[in-house]
Amino acid sequence: MTRLVGDLEVAEDAVQEACAAAVAQWPAAGFPASPRAWLVGVARHKALDHLRREAARQAKEVAASAELGPGRADTAAGVADEATDDDQLGLIFMCCHPALSLAAQTALTLRSICGLRTAEIAAAFLVPEPTMAQRLVRAKRKITQAGIAMRMPPAADVPARLAAVLRVIFLVFTEGHMATSGQALVRDELCDRALRLARELTRLLPGQPEVTGLLALILLTDARRSARVGAAGEPVQLADQDRGRWDRAMIDEGRTLVETALAAGAPGPYQLRAAIAACHGDAASADDTDWRQIVALYDELLRYEPTPVVAANRAAAVAMADGPAEGLRLLHDLAADEALASWPPLHVAIAELHRQRGDASAALSAYQAALELGVPEAQRTFIRHRMRGLKS
Amino acid sequence: MRYLFLLYGTSPLPEPGTPEHTAMYADYATAVQTMAEAGVLVSCAPLQPASASTTVRVRDGQTLLTDGPAAELKEQFGGYTLVECADLDEALRWAARMPAASDGMVEVRPVITAGAPT
Repeated sequence: MTRLVGDLEVAEDAVQEACAAAVAQWPAAGFPASPRAWLVGVARHKALDHLRREAARQAKEVAASAELGPGRADTAAGVADEATDDDQLGLIFMCCHPALSLAAQTALTLRSICGLRTAEIAAAFLVPEPTMAQRLVRAKRKITQAGIAMRMPPAADVPARLAAVLRVIFLVFTEGHMATSGQALVRDELCDRALRLARELTRLLPGQPEVTGLLALILLTDARRSARVGAAGEPVQLADQDRGRWDRAMIDEGRTLVETALAAGAPGPYQLRAAIAACHGDAASADDTDWRQIVALYDELLRYEPTPVVAANRAAAVAMADGPAEGLRLLHDLAADEALASWPPLHVAIAELHRQRGDASAALSAYQAALELGVPEAQRTFIRHRMRGLKS
Repeated sequence: MRYLFLLYGTSPLPEPGTPEHTAMYADYATAVQTMAEAGVLVSCAPLQPASASTTVRVRDGQTLLTDGPAAELKEQFGGYTLVECADLDEALRWAARMPAASDGMVEVRPVITAGAPT
């Protein structure tokens, strides 16, 4: 409906009106042959009525006039075919408009594009349902009030706007991927939705290397899903995962996609992350991994995203390529940065390298530092397990 | 749709008569001229500094005057531009071309027009 009438509020109101009309008419007039087509037809009619009224009052109602143009006056039977790719793209770019907060973009994408219910989105982001409902209402209101158009941005704006869309899809995926227990079902749902969205976007925007790169990254990462969580719901480190449980079909598809994307000669952060994930996917074990290639890819990634987090990941790869001492040197340099010193994963990485070198006391104090900074429950279980191993 | 650009400067505006002042006015003249030619400009004006403001309140029939702006801001509210655009994207593109966007910031505020969704 949203794609047909170009306005979320109007579409939702129209569907409600159509349902109300159905309740009133069907018992007397009998059920229509295709209730869904009937509802869509009536809702569309009501939405167009509404938009006509709006258009009459407001000469410059662009969205409405576009939707009232020729070619739209047809029957409910043709409705499904009318949700064109342009409409779908327009909806995606509208929901991921950077004039909305990232939280609002994500919520709106899950609601309006993926069709998740408000309660499901609230559960996925661990906020109360009324909070999420309010966030969605505010986002839709801003779209209406600020005049955010439902269409593909002009060519000059596409790179920046596309980056916003990719960020939302990746955020949906990482929200799902990082979870280990608790809302496991809902979180799996987020991974699936992100994968489907990335596929859809790759179909809609073929030949955009970063879009293909994101799809490849999601496939290559999600391929490890069942190996990432242990029997007790604890996270299993990449090096310790049972690689036989990795989904080979997803890895193969992801590798092919990232090779295709990189061949276009326009690398970007998603392609590079996917290439790193592909290196892991190809390796039979952690020792068998081409760590030099991974370090080189992180060097390249740092050019696009010169963040401490990327630098820390690079240092972990250096430790594998050149030994823990060199990795530790880099990580300690990073820890000298005040902001990064309070980032628990850095201390976990330092602890892991001390542990590899057999320096139990240095490892224990780094694990302790991570615990004191506060880590999620599943991570805490993992750290305590490591600490017990070192003390015994 | 109409949008009001609220133009904020982060530093004190240059004194009239200085080369910086002349350059700033020339930059605004270019930006405004381009908007007028594109048919999006409705109106615009630079403002005297907030120290020239007087704030008016009427309470119980009494008019109370205060020397200064209604709200003290770190940023100088230095002018406005009213534009007519197809949608937010178009308005944002024009806002980015205002000199204030480069040395201060521009708030893009949708204007309520009769009959428009609220």
